[in-house]
Amino acid sequence: MSNLLKKVNWMTLLIPVISVILGLLCGAVIMLAIGYNPVLAYQSIVESIFLQPYYGGETIRAMIPLVLAGLAVAFSFRTGLFNIGVEGQLMVGWLASVACAICLGHLPKIILLPLSIIAGGAAGALWGFVPGFLKARFKVHEVISTIMMNYVALYTTAYIIKNFLYTEGERTPTIPSAASLASPFLANLTQGSRLHWGIIVAIIAVFAMWFLLWKTTKGYELRSVGFSPDASNYAGMNVARNVMLSLTISGIFAGLAGAMEGLGTYQYMTINSAFTGIGFNGIAVALLGLNTPIGVLLAGALFAGLQNGGLTMQANAGVPVELVNIIIALIIFFVGSSYAIKWILSRFSRKGQK
Amino acid sequence: MDPEPLFEKGAEIMSFFEILTIIIPSTLLTAAPLIFTSLGGMFSERSGVVNIGLEGLMAVGAFTAAVSTLGLEHAGLGNASPWIAILIAGAIGGLFSLIHAVVSISFRADQTVSGVALNFLAAGLTIFLVKLIFDGKGQTPYITHNIDKVDIPGLAKLPFLGPIFFQQVAYTSYIAIFIAILCWFIVYKTPFGLRLRSVGEHPAAADTLGISVIKMRYIGVLLSGVLGGIGGAVYLVTITSNYNVTTIAGQGFLALAALVFGKWHPIGAMGASLFFGFAQALSITSQQIPYLDRLPSVFMLIAPYVLTLIVLTGFVGRAEAPKADGVPYIKGQR
Repeated sequence: MSNLLKKVNWMTLLIPVISVILGLLCGAVIMLAIGYNPVLAYQSIVESIFLQPYYGGETIRAMIPLVLAGLAVAFSFRTGLFNIGVEGQLMVGWLASVACAICLGHLPKIILLPLSIIAGGAAGALWGFVPGFLKARFKVHEVISTIMMNYVALYTTAYIIKNFLYTEGERTPTIPSAASLASPFLANLTQGSRLHWGIIVAIIAVFAMWFLLWKTTKGYELRSVGFSPDASNYAGMNVARNVMLSLTISGIFAGLAGAMEGLGTYQYMTINSAFTGIGFNGIAVALLGLNTPIGVLLAGALFAGLQNGGLTMQANAGVPVELVNIIIALIIFFVGSSYAIKWILSRFSRKGQK
Repeated sequence: MDPEPLFEKGAEIMSFFEILTIIIPSTLLTAAPLIFTSLGGMFSERSGVVNIGLEGLMAVGAFTAAVSTLGLEHAGLGNASPWIAILIAGAIGGLFSLIHAVVSISFRADQTVSGVALNFLAAGLTIFLVKLIFDGKGQTPYITHNIDKVDIPGLAKLPFLGPIFFQQVAYTSYIAIFIAILCWFIVYKTPFGLRLRSVGEHPAAADTLGISVIKMRYIGVLLSGVLGGIGGAVYLVTITSNYNVTTIAGQGFLALAALVFGKWHPIGAMGASLFFGFAQALSITSQQIPYLDRLPSVFMLIAPYVLTLIVLTGFVGRAEAPKADGVPYIKGQR
């Protein structure tokens, strides 16, 4: 990991840090302009996450799907692909894991839990494979096809729940405890938060991405295709197959994120009339994390903290929690505008040399 | 027992004509916002800037329309208020799209990333403002003067065609169709349109001919903002009547799908929007229609998206995006 960091130059590392600072500053300016107290607001976010076990636990809980979704986006970015379909892959993964847990509820935990997690990953993989195949075979742009797949997932999962797995409260029945990731130990530790063992799955996934992309031949190929499809093709790599593989693996990460929500956080799936937003947040997480596994982990922690701490910000400083979404959007804009930030930084450093 | 299995006892047997009088006006109603927004996307993408932010632009338009209609109603403008609100929403949508323009054209950010951020910003900002304006409530009150479905004078009396096309329709639907034809004329029959298309296809060549690539792209994105804002506003004043977090849930992406399905052509985008509107209308009314009532409504719901995927695979003729779509233009770079 250390020699990985050496390769990244400092300018690139500065961009996300500067973007976060600028985003938070803009948030403060907005609060000041409206007449809220930004110090009180940010203070309540920080205090709740670090001093109140419940919010700390909920933050780590929210990190789990965010990090997995971020890894899904980052993995495809590394192969030069933009997977906006994490949202849909997450939904089918969620439903598949819950359906598997309910239908095979008689199995012992040692089999049922891994099987349900795998079911989630497999469903996500399938949902990622389709755009991959369309890209490889028909040159369909993955941005458009994954957006379309999101809506197919949204309506199809709702239809399946309504007709095959329905129970009162517009949702599926609760999964049997043999398939659950929830833990009374972790819940007690964090004063009743929904923190669950999925955190282990997320950490394994972080290592898996690093190992796969930087320590295997296949990973080298995937990154090579991301840098230059033409050169990779000339070197004898099968670009089409790598594109399909990349989106499929990306789909697995996304499907796992859904499985974590189904088996850990909620223990069921509701009929969604709109997207969960986790998949789209995953894009922000991946961008801010510079598409590296460690970066995704850190960015996931930041956004999960902002979103959960934001709830106390509303209670203590009266600031609507939506401000957090505005700040996240601004951070993405700043990370995206790295060209402008680099330009300004180079101006400053040139002045310094004089 | 009645041996006829198709219709339940006592259920009204609908004639084909009656079905049309339900579905066509409903299609026109749902298609109008999509037409405006997909035309907006057309201007942006034709100039070479991908606009995933249509969803956010619609949200801003819908929010602006809700707030300004409420304000204008309060000021006593009555039935004129939603119409003025649509224009205000267009202006605000245009302003909002400038963020996308600056970030993706001048700062050369990844256009898809910028578009995604625009959606985030719109979703957060509009609800944030709703809470500020309406004392912490998550949604606006309902507007009282929405744009109603009316019988168009004269034309509604036509035999056969009248009840299908001109009764119980909103004027906005026909304005949308007119604007689509106008856009076709602008893009394909005027020097401006030629310049717009040229910077989207081959910016370097356009640049050597003295066309300002940056300026044309700014105009393209700005127009997408204006039309996207109008699209969102029309959706609000004709269909939902209040703004909350679920008001614009996928309409913008549906408009994007219509743009691609219509092969980046104004009339194509209009046709695709009408078709998607038809699919939505059918999914709502299919329970009343024989044969279709047995088909799960989910098929109608996913039809627009699945069809777009099929179109993109090239089975129905190749859909080619403008050549330089999504590529920032850097002077002197080959």
